[in-house]
Amino acid sequence: MTLLAELLDGDRRALARAISAVEDGTEQASVILAGIHHRVGRAAVVGFTGPPGAGKSTLIGGYVSALRQSGRTVAVIAVDPSSPLTGGAILGDRVRMLAHAEDDGVFIRSLAARGHLGGLSATAPLVIDLMDAAGFDVVIIETVGAGQSEVEIAELAAVTVVVCAPGLGDDVQAIKAGILEIADVLVVNKGDSPEAAVTRAQLFASQHLRSGEHRAVPILTATATTGQGIAELVAAIDAKLGEQPPRKTDSAQRIRRMLAAQAARLVRDSVLAGTDPTIEAICQDLQNGRLAIAQALARLFAACAQPKPPEKTD
Amino acid sequence: MGKHHRILLAKMGLDCHDTGIVIIAQLLRDHGYEVIYLGLHNSAEAVVRAALQENVDAVGISFLSGQHMTQMRLLMEALSRHQLDLPVLCGGVVPRDDADALAKLGVAEVFFPGTLGPDLIERVGRVLERQDHAA
Repeated sequence: MTLLAELLDGDRRALARAISAVEDGTEQASVILAGIHHRVGRAAVVGFTGPPGAGKSTLIGGYVSALRQSGRTVAVIAVDPSSPLTGGAILGDRVRMLAHAEDDGVFIRSLAARGHLGGLSATAPLVIDLMDAAGFDVVIIETVGAGQSEVEIAELAAVTVVVCAPGLGDDVQAIKAGILEIADVLVVNKGDSPEAAVTRAQLFASQHLRSGEHRAVPILTATATTGQGIAELVAAIDAKLGEQPPRKTDSAQRIRRMLAAQAARLVRDSVLAGTDPTIEAICQDLQNGRLAIAQALARLFAACAQPKPPEKTD
Repeated sequence: MGKHHRILLAKMGLDCHDTGIVIIAQLLRDHGYEVIYLGLHNSAEAVVRAALQENVDAVGISFLSGQHMTQMRLLMEALSRHQLDLPVLCGGVVPRDDADALAKLGVAEVFFPGTLGPDLIERVGRVLERQDHAA
């Protein structure tokens, strides 16, 4: 049996290997991705985001327990940051989900962001597809600790849960301008803290000062460590999932292609223009054999990611 | 793109001394490894299932409780039950007298007290190199 066939058959080991193939960008990955297309679109994709330490992983652990009690199988993608200096990472989200360590209906995969900005890893959309194709009822995706601009999750998840923690003071203010805007469900975790009610009141005020649709965002209180509030969270997510059309994989595919095309164009135009001193230096080093192509690419992408003065549009 | 080595680190059984393993996790991170940290109180079955789902290149277990022979035997049994052929590393407060017995169990490397960081990184690298060639 090929890896692809085993994956479609729901084999956990095949899924694990396929994820690595996609993460490492091997040739096998493209074969697998092409082969799962007809099986993608069934899973309910639920995203969890929020600042570091808010309790996302622990809350997911509780949410998974509730899903399992209702008989649904669950795959979890937990993203943690990579070191920008060494590329290394400590992926520690599993520690909060040990209750499911020996449950066949739960598959957890930790991903390092590997330099990708936006709260996820570059391959996260593809890993969701793999888990979907392997037959899981629910795919949960947890972002890195996020604050202001990590809103990518909302494009991938049918329902986005934003987890807040009480007592973050100014940090609560900071996230108000960012990820709060993408919330389908808001949860104040650590509900046993005396400050939880204040945080909930602040969130309630900020949401209700905005236009109509934001008033429909439920604001829940939960204590992930005790399980208090988990039942309400499940109900709120299920209600939002009920409002969603089935996963629009075609549109997701379209967006993906669009993004790849735009990125390729940006890089090509920057290189061919021959005006950026950083890129010129990379070309020189490459020509002199001082750089391997992989290093040159890394430097080039970094150079392309620098903000540029606005161009004249015509 | 390209291969990143992934290592699962865990404590097993009732042992709750995690200072050493956290230091090792950071050391490996600082040398470009992706470390999946599983924390305390794991069973052999839980470690093997995590290793399988995470598709790691190696498993490292730290001990400070004298349980290393029992737990490593359970872990090696669980690995073979799941037909998972992975290098297993072990370290912490492990007496040198147990080196042969651990090797006989199939443990790839044992890091005894006093092992220095650069030495550990070099030996981990060698184990993974062998694993890459075998794959």
